[in-house]
Amino acid sequence: MTEQATMTEPATRMLLGDEAVAFAAAHAGITAAYAYPGTPSTEIVECLYELEKKQGWPKASWCANEKTAYEAALGMSMAGKRALVAMKHVGLNVAADPFMNSAVVQPIGGLVVAVADDPGMHSSQNEQDSRYYADFARIPCLEPADPQEAYDMVRDAYDISEAFRIPVMVRLVTRLAHQRSGVTMGSIQRENDADVNPDRNDWVLLPSYAKKLWKRRLVEAPELKRWAEGSHYNTLTLNDEFRELGIITTGIAKHYFLEVAAELGLMPSHLHIGAYPMPEEKIRALASHCSEILVLEDGYPHVERALRGIIAPAVVIRGKMNGAIPEDGELSQDIVRRALGLPVGEGVRLGSMELPNRPPRLCEGCPHTDAYDALRMALQGSDHPLVMSDIGCYTLGALPPHNTGDSCVCMGASIGMAKGAADAGVHPSIAIIGDSTFLHSGVTPLMDAVADDANMVLLILDNQTTAMTGTQPTLLPSERIHELILGLGVKPEHCHKFEVHPRKVGELAELFRREIAHPGLSVVIAHRVCVEAARRNKK
Amino acid sequence: MKCDIIAAGVGGQGVLSVSAIIAASALRAGLFAVQSEVHGMSQRGGAVVAHLRISDQPIHSATVGLGKADLVISMEPLESLRYLEYLAPTGTIISSIEPVKNFDGYPELETLLTEVKRIPRAILIDATKLAREAGNAKAANIIMVGAASHLLPISQEHILAFIEETFRAKSEKLVEVNLKAFESGRLQVAAAETVGVGA
Repeated sequence: MTEQATMTEPATRMLLGDEAVAFAAAHAGITAAYAYPGTPSTEIVECLYELEKKQGWPKASWCANEKTAYEAALGMSMAGKRALVAMKHVGLNVAADPFMNSAVVQPIGGLVVAVADDPGMHSSQNEQDSRYYADFARIPCLEPADPQEAYDMVRDAYDISEAFRIPVMVRLVTRLAHQRSGVTMGSIQRENDADVNPDRNDWVLLPSYAKKLWKRRLVEAPELKRWAEGSHYNTLTLNDEFRELGIITTGIAKHYFLEVAAELGLMPSHLHIGAYPMPEEKIRALASHCSEILVLEDGYPHVERALRGIIAPAVVIRGKMNGAIPEDGELSQDIVRRALGLPVGEGVRLGSMELPNRPPRLCEGCPHTDAYDALRMALQGSDHPLVMSDIGCYTLGALPPHNTGDSCVCMGASIGMAKGAADAGVHPSIAIIGDSTFLHSGVTPLMDAVADDANMVLLILDNQTTAMTGTQPTLLPSERIHELILGLGVKPEHCHKFEVHPRKVGELAELFRREIAHPGLSVVIAHRVCVEAARRNKK
Repeated sequence: MKCDIIAAGVGGQGVLSVSAIIAASALRAGLFAVQSEVHGMSQRGGAVVAHLRISDQPIHSATVGLGKADLVISMEPLESLRYLEYLAPTGTIISSIEPVKNFDGYPELETLLTEVKRIPRAILIDATKLAREAGNAKAANIIMVGAASHLLPISQEHILAFIEETFRAKSEKLVEVNLKAFESGRLQVAAAETVGVGA
């Protein structure tokens, strides 16, 4: 069975939250969608790829990184067409520059940025909450509670974006992105005409123009607040019979609360927030109605932190900041149960057996394993080597049996960090990066290393795909990665492309030893196609 | 009526398909279904789990509560024990007995199976063998769906119709293999029930 939602009822389809976002964008008449794959957001543009293959529209594009994806979407908006840009939460860090500044210009075609956060870090290096970014950029944010609402909100987001001429964020979390449930879809809207004539005053962020544009945003901010205040995604239900406790939920937390609420006996007053900026009047209305508020949100205590500035000090606030809810990890119905004093199930206990973990690992026959074997051989006898790794399947090399990789921080960091360590006198200083991650964020730090002829070895694990997220294509074929590196000025005698093979591990180790001994920058491209990608290509 | 299910196994075993087939069949039967999956890093040969909730009423939480699962369907015996905290005291575990030993320190199979049998309602199935007999080892997940079908609030016609429709797009042969696999899994549990669950 394919990942794609092929199981259909005419009116309602079982869709992943990500797929609901994709269909909504297509039905809202987008002309294109741009993304770099990243769990849990990947299936948004994967779904649109399938749609494009089937029906010819809209255009779906994998990009070099989230920044280039965002900029393409912004250009499309300037040309009057609707665009979607999708990414995982840490991808927004990469796209932060165009994101923040797109909130100063005046988008024309609807511009929606779908960001999937990962509370609980199922597949990420942190659990940053993208709602802060929306607040930071002063743009509206919609936070769906389920796949149906993801569909509805993305469709609305395009209208809001065009009405306010502002980018709109739709914030997902893992449990929504990867939740499959029935979604009823609406009619298909035609794409925008492109007969626009953008005004330079709206798009050139020279200080003289930018000051006016920023002022305009601030002047219009109350309108945005009024919109959020009146939005049907922010619902307040007051119970006059019960004034001890009020509940605020955001996004999917609503469903965790409603799952258990019936057991409370008395239903507390409840404000659900699905649209930001925060509906302060509704928050005050809830606060004036009860003596204590419990805040339930998946992610950081975003609403909870803001409450103190909105409501009277006499009202007790409970949530992540006072320990009623754990501050890390994802929310669940059981966490909500505990916070509400409801009984939590225990399940069945294991007998005497100790249950071993089954961590993810590199596949049988993965080319990275040979490269790691060679590198370990080459590093034997080195006193204090540092091996800076990066983000991809090969990060798993840090686990046994490979135990290779001393760091993994963010896309492309391996190269910059290896240069910094080399500058500090570390030898050998090694950077390991995959081909897709190299193209995403590795080229610019390599320029720094070239400029300084840093005493380090860069190992590019070129498996010709973005493997971890499901073998999406990389933007450049292997030959051109080699040419690109030579073009940056890496000395040809210290830039090697090596066909990795289990029988050639010794030979590769020897090459590493030679290049570690070279007092300057060396690059080794270890090439062999990913086993998963090879399997997929055969199909 | 509600039925909370945990589908478990190892990346690549078709765990998500087990859950998706049941979910889609529930939808056909006019029920509500919500499925929560894990993608990405966890799928690289690691433990994979899907939560599936079926009800005749709208469903709120996409994940099952602790101690609330009516059924754990596992494609692998070690994985069948990983989610016991979700299993209701009256719940059932149906597990395939074929181990996936892709790491050092995998427990003795005997110890493992004894541990599974300790659960009051546990059913062990040699799904891989049965799938091979049905014509394709890859149909092990359909064997498990068949085995679980007795405990699902969905009549088997809806599941059969869905299997037929899904595999028809690929080949008639696969339709035949998978329908046979479903029936074979279903019969296994009928037999297990007559000799007493956990035997």
